[in-house]
Amino acid sequence: MTDTPTLELKNIRKSFGAVDVIHGIDLQIADGEFVVFVGPSGCGKSTLLRLIAGLDDPTSGDIVLKGKRVNAVPASERGLSMVFQSYALYPHMSVRANLSFGLENFRMDRAEIKRRVDDAATLLQIDHLMGRRPGQLSGGQRQRVAIGRAIVREPLIFLFDEPLSNLDAELRLQMRVEISNLHADLGNTMIYVTHDQTEAMTMADRIVVLRGGRIEQVGKPLDLYNHPANKFVAGFIGAPQMNFLRGTLDGTTLTLDCGLTREVPLAEKWTSGPVTLGIRPEAIGVSLEGDGDRQVKVQNFEQLGSVTYIYAAFDNGETLTVQIGRQIPLKRGQIIGVALTTKDFHLFGGEGERALGVAP
Amino acid sequence: MSRLVAFLSRTKGNNDSADKLGAQDLLAYGYLVLGVLIILVPVFWTFLSSIKPERAIDGFDTRLLPIAQIEAQIEGVGRKTVWNYTAEDGSVTDVFKAGPTRQMTDVAPLADPGAVIQVERDRLAPAEEIRVATENYLDPLLKRNGQDNFSFGTYLFNSVFITVVATLITLLINAMAAFALSKYRFRGRLTFTLLIVATLLIPSSIILVSLFFVVWSFGIFGSLWGVIIPAAATPTGVFLLRQYMLTIPDELLEAARMDAASEWRIFWRIVLPLSLPALSVLAILSVIWRWNDFLWPLIVLISDPAKHTIQLGLTQYAGEFDSDFHYILAMTVVSLIPITLVFVWLQRFITTGIATTGLK
Repeated sequence: MTDTPTLELKNIRKSFGAVDVIHGIDLQIADGEFVVFVGPSGCGKSTLLRLIAGLDDPTSGDIVLKGKRVNAVPASERGLSMVFQSYALYPHMSVRANLSFGLENFRMDRAEIKRRVDDAATLLQIDHLMGRRPGQLSGGQRQRVAIGRAIVREPLIFLFDEPLSNLDAELRLQMRVEISNLHADLGNTMIYVTHDQTEAMTMADRIVVLRGGRIEQVGKPLDLYNHPANKFVAGFIGAPQMNFLRGTLDGTTLTLDCGLTREVPLAEKWTSGPVTLGIRPEAIGVSLEGDGDRQVKVQNFEQLGSVTYIYAAFDNGETLTVQIGRQIPLKRGQIIGVALTTKDFHLFGGEGERALGVAP
Repeated sequence: MSRLVAFLSRTKGNNDSADKLGAQDLLAYGYLVLGVLIILVPVFWTFLSSIKPERAIDGFDTRLLPIAQIEAQIEGVGRKTVWNYTAEDGSVTDVFKAGPTRQMTDVAPLADPGAVIQVERDRLAPAEEIRVATENYLDPLLKRNGQDNFSFGTYLFNSVFITVVATLITLLINAMAAFALSKYRFRGRLTFTLLIVATLLIPSSIILVSLFFVVWSFGIFGSLWGVIIPAAATPTGVFLLRQYMLTIPDELLEAARMDAASEWRIFWRIVLPLSLPALSVLAILSVIWRWNDFLWPLIVLISDPAKHTIQLGLTQYAGEFDSDFHYILAMTVVSLIPITLVFVWLQRFITTGIATTGLK
C-alpha cells in the first residue's frame, strides 16, 4: 500500500434540486482495497458511486484520485471502469466488440486490444461466446461480459453498482465468489455497491454502511458485526437480524420490558433513561425444559438441518429470534427457556441510539 | 405456398389453440382487404392504363385490358383505323372509313381501297386487338417518335441525386438534433422541442416566398442544392427520432462514457445503430417526400431543363390543349419503381432493430 490513498472523498455533498441526497461524506480508500458501500435503498450509495465515476457532479466537496482533484475531469478521463446493475452491454455489438470498444477509444494498438480481450475472456471463461450478441446470452454470461468490459481497461478502480441483483440466488453465490477471486488475482481497488449485507460481509475488506446520505460506520466486516456503532448498523449487519429488546438503564441496572433485570458493567457514564438491548440470535441459549433467564412461547420455527431458527415471543409481545446450530424437537406454542449472557449484550441509547460501551 | 395459405387463414386465438373462423376474423380480414384495395387499386389502374395504346386512353376506355382499335397503313390513303362491317347476310369485312361518319358512312374494304360503298353506321364495329403499348415506355426512354425533349436519364439522375443526398443529410442532422434533445439536459430543452414540433403547424406553401428569398440570397437558386438544403431539417424527423432515442437507456451512454468514448463516438457507435428502426422509417419518409416533391423543385429548377427531376419532366406531357396521358402514365410507373425498391429494402430494418435490444 502506498501512502497516498487511491481515492479520497472530502466532505462530498449532493443535492438534486431541493433534495439533499448526500450530506457530507469523508472517506479514504487505499490502493488494492475492496470496499463495499451498503445500505437500504435510497441511502445514496449508488449516487455516491456515480459521483466517484464522474457520471454526476457533486454539489460541493472534493473527489481526489491518486492525490489529484478530479471534480472537473469527465468520466471518460478518470480511468475508472464500472459494472452497471443492468450490465448496459451494447446490444448491437458482439461480445468481442463490447469488450474492445473501450480500448478502441484509446486508439490502442490492435494486437494489444486482442491480447487484453482474449486474456479477459479466458479469465472469465467467456471465450466461446465472443461472437454472440448480448441478447443471446444468459444473465450470468452477460454479467461476466460486463465484468470483462471493466477488466480490459485495467482501471485504477473498479466500480460495481449492485451487479448481482439481477441474478438468481445460485448464480449470485457463484459470482460473489468469482468477484472475490478476481479481486485477489488482479489486486485492483474495487468499490462495490449493494443493499445485501451478506454480499458486503463476504466480499469486503472494508464496509461503509450508509443511511440517509450519511456514513453510519466504516470498518472491517467482523468489526461491524461485533462492535456496531449504533442500533442501525447492528440491525443491518447480520442475518437473521439482531434481536432488540426495550428497557431502561438506571446507573448500571438494566431492566427490560420483558421482565429481565441484570447488572451491566457500563464502561461509560450513564445516568438513567430508555435503552435498547441488542443480542444476536446465535448468542441466546435454549432450554427445552423451560430453564434459563426467561420463558418464551414458540410461534414458528425453521429446521434447516445444520441450523434451527426459532421465532418466539415474550409475554409482553416482544419477539425473539434464536439460532441454534443443531436439530432439536420443537412444536408451535411450546414454552421454552432462553438464557441471555451479559457478555453478548449490546446496549443502544441516547442520541441516534449509539452503542453504549459495555465493559468486557 | 403452404406457408402463405397458413398465413392468410389465421384466425383469432393463439398458436396452440386457433379459434374457428368467426365474425371477428371476417371483420378483421374485410378491413384489411379494404385497406389493401384502397392502396393498390390506383397503382394497378395506373399500371394497366400505362400499357394501353394512346387511342384507348384518349377514348376513356375503361376496360382493364389494353384493348385498342387496329390501325392499318393503306396504300394511297394513309393510316386508318380498321372497322368490322357486318353485312346483312352476316359476312364480316374489314373496312376503313373513306369519309366522315354519318347515318350512311362511306367505307372501303382494306383489300380494295378504291371500292367505296355506303353502309349504315350501326353495322360498323371497331376491329380491336389486345396489344401492350410498349411505345408508351420506349418512346420517352429512347427518344423516339419526336420525344426528343424528354431526357429520362438526366431526370433520373437529378431525382436520385436529390433524393439520396437530401435523405442522408436529413438523417444525419435530424439524428444529431434528436440526440441532443433526448439525451442532454440543458435549459430550454423542452422549449426547443416544442418549437420544432410547432413548425409542423405551418403549411409549407405559407413559407414558400420567404424560402425562395433565402435560397435566392444564398445563391443556390437554380441548383440542385437549392432543393436539397431547405428540405434537410424536418420537424417530423426530429420528433420521430427524439421519441425513439428517449427509449435508449441512459446507462448505455454512461457505460460508453466510462469506456472513454467521446460524445461524438457515443452518437456514432451507440445511439445511431440503436436508432436504426426509427432511422429506417425516416429514410423511407424522406425518400418518398423528396422523390414525389413537385412544387419546390418546380420553383427552384424550372428555368433549366438539364436540372429537372422526373416529376418536373412529366409536366412536359401536360399541355394547355393536349396532354399525352399515355406517356404520363408510363413514366409515372417508371418513377414508382425506385421508391418501391427502397421501401422493400428498408422495411425489414424497422422490425429487426427492435429485436436486437438486449437490455432487460
